[in-house]
Amino acid sequence: MELSTLWFCLVAVLWIGYFALEGFDFGVGMLLPILAKDEKEKRVLYNTIGPVWDGNEVWVLTAGGAIFASFPFWYATLFSGFFLPLLLILIALIVRNLAFDYRGKRDDDSWRRNWDIAAIVGSYVPALLWGVAFANIVAGTKIEPLGDNPPTAFFLEYTGFPVLDLLNPHGILGGLVTLTLFMTHGAMFIALKTDGEIRHRARDFAVKVGLVAAVLAVVFLVWTQMKTGNVGSAVVFVLAAVALLGGIAMAKAGREGLAFLGTFVTIALAVAGLFVALYPDVMPSSIDPAFSLTVENASATDNTLKVMTIVALIFTPVVLVYQAWSYWVFRRRISVHHIPDPEPEPVAH
Amino acid sequence: MDVLDISRWQFGIITVYHFLFVPLTIGLTLLIALLETQWLRTRQPEYLRLTKFFGKLFLINFAIGVVTGIVQEFQFGMNWSDYSRFVGDIFGAPLAVEALLAFFLESTFIGLWIFGWDKLPPKLHNATMYITHVGTLFSAYMILAANSWMQNPIGYTFNPETNRAEMESAGAFFDVLFNKVQLVTFPHVVLAAYMTAGAFIMGVSAYLYMKKADDREVYYKGIRYGAVACLIAGVGVGITGDIQGKIMTDVQPMKMAAAEALYEDEQPAAFSVFTIGTPDGRTEKFSVKIPRLLSYLATGDWDAKVRGIDSLSEEYQSTEWATPQAAGGGDYVPNIPVTYWSFRFMMGMGFFTAAGAAVILWLTRKRAVPNAKWVGTLGISLPIAAVLGSSFGWIFTEMGRQPWVVFGLMTTQAGVSPGVSVFEAWFSLIALTVLYGVLAVIEVGLLVKYIKLGAEPFAEPPDVPLGGHDDDKPLAFAY
Repeated sequence: MELSTLWFCLVAVLWIGYFALEGFDFGVGMLLPILAKDEKEKRVLYNTIGPVWDGNEVWVLTAGGAIFASFPFWYATLFSGFFLPLLLILIALIVRNLAFDYRGKRDDDSWRRNWDIAAIVGSYVPALLWGVAFANIVAGTKIEPLGDNPPTAFFLEYTGFPVLDLLNPHGILGGLVTLTLFMTHGAMFIALKTDGEIRHRARDFAVKVGLVAAVLAVVFLVWTQMKTGNVGSAVVFVLAAVALLGGIAMAKAGREGLAFLGTFVTIALAVAGLFVALYPDVMPSSIDPAFSLTVENASATDNTLKVMTIVALIFTPVVLVYQAWSYWVFRRRISVHHIPDPEPEPVAH
Repeated sequence: MDVLDISRWQFGIITVYHFLFVPLTIGLTLLIALLETQWLRTRQPEYLRLTKFFGKLFLINFAIGVVTGIVQEFQFGMNWSDYSRFVGDIFGAPLAVEALLAFFLESTFIGLWIFGWDKLPPKLHNATMYITHVGTLFSAYMILAANSWMQNPIGYTFNPETNRAEMESAGAFFDVLFNKVQLVTFPHVVLAAYMTAGAFIMGVSAYLYMKKADDREVYYKGIRYGAVACLIAGVGVGITGDIQGKIMTDVQPMKMAAAEALYEDEQPAAFSVFTIGTPDGRTEKFSVKIPRLLSYLATGDWDAKVRGIDSLSEEYQSTEWATPQAAGGGDYVPNIPVTYWSFRFMMGMGFFTAAGAAVILWLTRKRAVPNAKWVGTLGISLPIAAVLGSSFGWIFTEMGRQPWVVFGLMTTQAGVSPGVSVFEAWFSLIALTVLYGVLAVIEVGLLVKYIKLGAEPFAEPPDVPLGGHDDDKPLAFAY
């Protein structure tokens, strides 16, 4: 296999890891106003992802870094072309992450309320926009050489209208799919990680939102398959749908571990299918296929890819081992009686 | 302003802002880990109290460092797409390696440290902070290797077909990692981080030592501990800075000339302590100079010639640069008032921090309580000065490289994204600046609150049940 194809696969794996992991902590954030009935339950939800959300988020930094290193032309065109959506995602991630860290730092209701809003909005926005972005990447966007330059990959830029061109029906549907999938995934995670009333509420909700996600996802994946799919992507998409239905069935049967595994596999397969549909392009042009960024014309040199391959082969397993260990350390279920009282505010003197 | 200017302002603002939090993150992870070790070894309650107290302040600071770091990685592609295309084959690799080696390590193990007090055996808990520190060092190393390549590009060839700089061979990655600029920049930056963290522990302790008359022992220990770190690291910062100056003169003579506002070649060259005159320093009304010192700083030889701005500018203008991206460098002279004064502020802040630490150490010797209110204020000012010193150092390094973004290969103006509109660039600059401003207010408010509260009273750490969890107890730490 060509090194550039190997790196296309590795980039796909990084995005799969990102969405399968951060997907559920986006879900937990989105479910704060839906599942938590009081302050203690809210804190139960925050604490289910407390020790792990930061590690989950690093997957996107690694995915970004890996694209930069292995497909510099893809990185440049994608990030400058999707400027505003990415900016919104960045801002959402910033306020959301700080909400986790700072919410408990003052014993003050309006302080907590404001950070709740930050956590909730900061979870909805990326959950929606990542789907919009990926739907557009796969379906193709307006990419062409800028100015009178020859159509070498160096000059290929996104020339569509900022944001509005990305908000086409297929793109919006893609966003709604990630949003509902992540919400389902988050509810499954909460059912697995909590105890008491909220656990049952989460399980019931996961079944409901899971069915909505299933309908949207099937429409979206069939549409994508018709637009740009191939045999491989069709197989993977079908498997993703099966996994989702299996996950929902498991949730109904009260098998929370298997239910969470179901949505985990669903997200992994759906993202994998998108990458299969994408290959050998990395950013197809809707203007002219000659302007598409491909695995071949967007990639780094073999020298760089060799170095990166060695580093990835050595360190990825290490990362997986200690991240898994961290999940093991924090494996116990959390319920309201585990939540300590807030630290009181200092008395002015 | 056009997209180029807006993007430069944005890069400057958000990068300087990000780096306000970085030195404390790097330095405190080590110093807090050592405090925890000290607690485990001596069982003196003060060390556990200091560990938890500075751990809390550290996390408030770390949170903003993390979130502003995400923007850093994205903005190369967003605002500087032609830069990313040109350098990606070389510059991208250390960034990817940084994420894989450093970010996973930091984020996972800091989570274990924060939430793991009642889940991990004490020594293992302590180890998680050391591992987090190793993560910050990996991170610093990789990003500094990438930056050093921009100062002194090596190990590349220019490929006219793809129009970019490409890695010469797989082995050239080691050239990038062990660039001579990198080998001195890394210790300089990391030692400055230890110095900053030492100043922080010392300064905050000094403030509370003056304030909390019934609880002095814990802060006395904090003062001693922070001062030792600050002063030892401070000496290292000076030594590495000196070596750095000589390497800079070798690879970027214009930057050294700009640091001194030295227009004419001079032999031997005098070091200017400060100057009053026109902003660009071309004409002086009044100045204080130390003869021959610049010759020594720049080359290690007290009699050597140091080249001035004018002759370098002439030489660069007649040079045939090897890449089309090198076009548009103008007179190749950086902004002299900025380089001249940021260089001086960098050193001045460093000296002030070290001197202030020494003064407080002397005044509080043998548990003496100085009868002077300003000691607490001086204490608080030390970490601020240290952080500003690092900022000025970076402003100098990056502004001194202009008009280049990659020295000799690509001008900054050639790197900007051609497809980004003025509206997008403005929107992003304003949104991020406003957001960062609000975050600064929130962060400072929290730091002030928790500093004023002081270290919590001693409490025995929770027992960690072997192999299982005590399921009914509240969490030792919860959001």
